Amino acid sequence: MSNHLKLKQGRLIIAGLVILLIILHQDNWNWNNSNLVFGFIPVTLFYHMCISFSASVIWFMATRIAWPDDVEDEALSELSEKGGDA
Amino acid sequence: MIVLGIIGGYIALLLCLGLFSSRLFKGTSKDFMLASHSIGPFMLLMSLFGTTMTAFALVGSTGEAYVEGAGVYGLLASSSGIIHSLCFFILGVKLWSLGKKYGYTTQIQYFRDRLQSDKIGVLLFPVLVGMVIPYLLIGVMASGTFINAVTRGTFEAGTFPGFLEEGMNGGVPKSVASLIICVVVLIYVFFGGMRGTAWANTFQTCVFMVLGVVTFYVIAMKLGGEETLMASLRKASAAVDADKLTRMHMSKTQFATYFFVPLSVGMFPHLFQHWLTAKSANSFKLPVVAHPFFIMIVWCPCILIGLWASTDLINLPPPIANNPNAILPFMVNKLNGPVMTGLLSAGVLAAIMSSLDSQFLCLGTMFTEDIVVHYGGKGRYSEKQTIMIARAFIIAIVAVVYAFSLFEPRRVFTLGIWCFSGYASLFPLVFASLYWKKLTKAGAYAAVITCAASWVYLFRESGFGSNEKFTVDFKIGGAVYDTMPVMSMFFLTAIVMIVVSLVTPKPTEETLQRFFPEKSTT
Repeated sequence: MSNHLKLKQGRLIIAGLVILLIILHQDNWNWNNSNLVFGFIPVTLFYHMCISFSASVIWFMATRIAWPDDVEDEALSELSEKGGDA
Repeated sequence: MIVLGIIGGYIALLLCLGLFSSRLFKGTSKDFMLASHSIGPFMLLMSLFGTTMTAFALVGSTGEAYVEGAGVYGLLASSSGIIHSLCFFILGVKLWSLGKKYGYTTQIQYFRDRLQSDKIGVLLFPVLVGMVIPYLLIGVMASGTFINAVTRGTFEAGTFPGFLEEGMNGGVPKSVASLIICVVVLIYVFFGGMRGTAWANTFQTCVFMVLGVVTFYVIAMKLGGEETLMASLRKASAAVDADKLTRMHMSKTQFATYFFVPLSVGMFPHLFQHWLTAKSANSFKLPVVAHPFFIMIVWCPCILIGLWASTDLINLPPPIANNPNAILPFMVNKLNGPVMTGLLSAGVLAAIMSSLDSQFLCLGTMFTEDIVVHYGGKGRYSEKQTIMIARAFIIAIVAVVYAFSLFEPRRVFTLGIWCFSGYASLFPLVFASLYWKKLTKAGAYAAVITCAASWVYLFRESGFGSNEKFTVDFKIGGAVYDTMPVMSMFFLTAIVMIVVSLVTPKPTEETLQRFFPEKSTT
């Protein structure tokens, strides 16, 4: 598979995961739950801490499978054509 | 007096850091404004995070959790974790690349070039500066309230002139404290420019994260009063009313539409400037990954402290109970000895100052680059004169903000939401400029005018932020859906931009080639 196709596939996966996370963020099922996780963290807070943690994991995946490496090359090639720092 | 001494010591340390970084200053306006594109991943993470975590995140979130309960984290913190990183990823990296290629220093330079419009700056400049004023106000106001609250009982009546002593309760008067913080930030920004700001941000972000965790530990132990941390945490949380542990009094549609607010990060002018300081595109990887996790580390303790403040375990005097902005400083002061209070106060002030500095610097940069140099002519002013003009404009804006801070205070959280909502409504513009070839000059003008007009109209409808529960309500099939004003502003701006772009002349082929070059598929 070409790099371009791999990147496209990676970006689709990340886009899908981000959309899923946005949907999961609206946790209507926890709305009236007053339980405490570990005896001190409200469920609503704990759930959203998990959302934050999942966001970090998804963004880590994004840096591995969907990172636009060509952006760096583009900037550098344009600079070398100009012959110096922008 | 010990608290005051520690705060003073911290401020002195910060000034030394500013002076030290000024020794590395190269004397050029590019170094002053962009640190010569030399910021690596760690400093980029710390400066981006320090800049986005303001008084809003610490003082505002604690006060809001005290009033509204645990759902406040979901309203903004978890959504910001997703959206901020998304903005760094889809906007930041691309804008950094274009900035490096074409030599931009400000957002307006980019838009001028992308839209091939000289006048877009005249329209965008007052809108961007006007909306940053409430943001600055948050920091200036909160720093005064915080220092006053933690130094209560330090001075006897008559120490300060009578007009300053009203409501100060023996603490440093709010107006004096706010002024000191403004002057300190101005000094280190002036000496160190962007490099000094990035260094100070990194240092201050480390300070407020470490001291934030220490604050949480100390408050939990004191409030719970048990032998172990876990037992204290359980005792403190068990005392919280059930309705504060849930979101039963929050509207589901309002909660959902809060999601638009963090999109503001895409259009903050000071973040744009920080993005351009990056050494390489890869420098963005660490901020993209760590930002949501860092938000969690800072917000969670604040939310829990706000919840605990609402319990019978602590007795809040009426002036504090009626002022959510004063909850965090009161808890810090009440539950710690003077040394810890001083250190923890330094941590909170660090968070406040690490945002003010970037905003101050950015305002100066925009004024010189987008107005003075652009319209006055490039060779008209020397490097030294350019820097002096930037500094003079910063002082003028800070004076205006300081004057506003002396009037009737607003809730930090409410003011922050209005400011963020304005920037979030401009998100469609920056997104379209990078990913939609059909965006036209007229479409962009229409978007900015719609955003500004709808913001002014709705802000006025809310009594200039005095109605803290203001929503835009939609009646559909007999049911009423209350939504955050940002949603209406966002969609109005986007729709107007798309419609006008589709019916007006397309950008030139040359422009499209520069901003949307053909890529090889191998």
